[in-house]
Amino acid sequence: MAPLLEARNVSKVFSGGLFSRAQNIALDDFSFALEDAPPSITAVVGESGSGKTTLARLLLGLAAPTSGSVRYNGKDLRKHSRAEWRTFIREVQVIFQDPYEVYNPFYTVDHVLKEPIRKFALAGTKAQGRALMEEALTAVGLRPEETLGRHPHQLSGGQRQRIMVARALLLKPRVIIADEPVSMVDASLRATILNNLRQINRQFGISILYITHDLTTAYQLSENIIVLYRGGVAEVGSVERVVQHPQHPYTRLLVGSVPLPDPRRPWEAAPAPSALGREMTAASCRFADRCPSAMPVCIEVRPPLYQTNPDRAAACYLYDDAPAMATGDINQVFVGEAAD
Amino acid sequence: MTADTARHATAQAQAGQPLLQVRDLRVYYHTPRGAAKAVDGVSFSLEPGERLGLVGESGSGKSTIALSLMRLIKPPGVIEGGEVLLGGEDLLAKSEEEMRQVRLAGVAMVAQGAMNSLNPVKRVREQILDGLADHGQPIAKRAVADTLGALLRSVGLKPEVAGMFPHELSGGMKQRVVTAIAISLRPKVIIADEPTSALDVVVQRQIMDTLLRVQQDLGAAVILIGHDMGLMAQFVTRLGVMYAGKLVELCPVQAIFDEPLMPYSQLLIASLPSLTKKGELRGIPGLPPSLLDRPTGCPFRARCPHAFDRCAVEEPALRELRPGHWAACHLY
Repeated sequence: MAPLLEARNVSKVFSGGLFSRAQNIALDDFSFALEDAPPSITAVVGESGSGKTTLARLLLGLAAPTSGSVRYNGKDLRKHSRAEWRTFIREVQVIFQDPYEVYNPFYTVDHVLKEPIRKFALAGTKAQGRALMEEALTAVGLRPEETLGRHPHQLSGGQRQRIMVARALLLKPRVIIADEPVSMVDASLRATILNNLRQINRQFGISILYITHDLTTAYQLSENIIVLYRGGVAEVGSVERVVQHPQHPYTRLLVGSVPLPDPRRPWEAAPAPSALGREMTAASCRFADRCPSAMPVCIEVRPPLYQTNPDRAAACYLYDDAPAMATGDINQVFVGEAAD
Repeated sequence: MTADTARHATAQAQAGQPLLQVRDLRVYYHTPRGAAKAVDGVSFSLEPGERLGLVGESGSGKSTIALSLMRLIKPPGVIEGGEVLLGGEDLLAKSEEEMRQVRLAGVAMVAQGAMNSLNPVKRVREQILDGLADHGQPIAKRAVADTLGALLRSVGLKPEVAGMFPHELSGGMKQRVVTAIAISLRPKVIIADEPTSALDVVVQRQIMDTLLRVQQDLGAAVILIGHDMGLMAQFVTRLGVMYAGKLVELCPVQAIFDEPLMPYSQLLIASLPSLTKKGELRGIPGLPPSLLDRPTGCPFRARCPHAFDRCAVEEPALRELRPGHWAACHLY
């Protein structure tokens, strides 16, 4: 059976403008399949410029890939009929970073909930619509009587973001793509929203792609993780394996840079990049210029993903005694998914 | 105040009194619906060379404290009362012109998103020199290159950056430039208000390392404002917890992790996600009270699992419950 949502050899290149020949490869030959049997939570982690938001936009059909295809139910999004597209935009929902921008300050928050009900004719009567809204709000831990009828400014950022989760839930989606859903929310409210996401994954069987720069919440929420660096996969696999025993030098740098909330465990000194004295080329490993372990070969040819464990692969020559994987195979190292 | 008197003031401070003393600071924002008490009677002091953290959720008043120390509160905000003593001199009693000289030379701030405040059409060199000239510290033409080079090197940038425009710099580099401007007059107190909030963890760590080195080079004290407890654990020596305009706990940083006393601090520590062990994610239920309509008693009582009768009628004062460990709670 075809995977539910799939990126197949997807690349996205932004050109530098009319008079510039510079090209920015935001995502480079990326393949990944999101299954919903069983429902999963996969984290995509990377710094700004890693391509994680580009990936979200491609998977949502908000941007078209330069090459490759994004498929839903096995069919290229570009070939979807009107009816299939309508199904897609209902079943694949998104939660964006900024819970402030999506609201119109003149409307009550009811508006953002009523709109999808109207658009997708989810309710036959007003009362049914109201019941749906209350059900969705309750599912994210908000009291409908304290939420409905309010204006956005009367609610906290955390409440507004939970309403966005409720809005996504209304449509009974199969996939939720959450792009930095808690980065603008206070720390004390973050846990609540992440708990909401975990609950709807378990309770409603909705698969979640959690896109973030925050390794800690990715570790807590997801089963599998994809570490992106400058448009390519640096390391991928079970989150337990990747975070507790990172292999790729970039993942190690990332894990080592997280400020642990424990004064007794200070930051370790970051290793200096190895001085190769050679310019990076388009074929070089994307991390070679910052890598403490860089070797001449890293400048010449980009390494493939080496499958170092049954549940993990790293794109680094330090592990070239392990079998190399094709880029399309990253799902092989995911845990909790049926092997095929 | 000139740089000389600032130095003199520090000499005084080193002779036994704290470098900075904030006493009963009150800052209200006057709105049509009444006064929002953003900072409501906050007192703390800062020793020379100390790194103090202030944490709290949005609206707890931590950034308002930063702006007050710089005397940069804008209407409808008003500093209603209190004292901010820098080396014994009350900053709140100074004229605007005197205060302008204290900024950068006495107290400097690296604000949240400060990297976006660089002028896009001026080279880094001019932006740094502007600050110096504005404070009556112009540099002789011959010395410019050396001074700028040394300043940029101290924040981990190459001297060549002086000739660049902001758009040629990455976010981390811009944040370093802003830090270089902040330390250009060797301030005694550096206020860093979420200095790394828009940066990636790897860059964040480099910036914090830079700030630490600069702080030690200058012998300055730092107030780090933010909500990332991890960053606090890694950087500060003492931590203050703000809640609804009040300082509710103040202690050595290790103590807040080992034995938080105020229930809000306890829940805050319990809500921190771990990178070493998977567990349940626990938020803090409820919301902070409206600053316009402050309830009687303890501001946290509506969310507090241990609240009892007294909490509703009497506001707990910040008391020293363990040596060096202050908290505002009736449980103790």
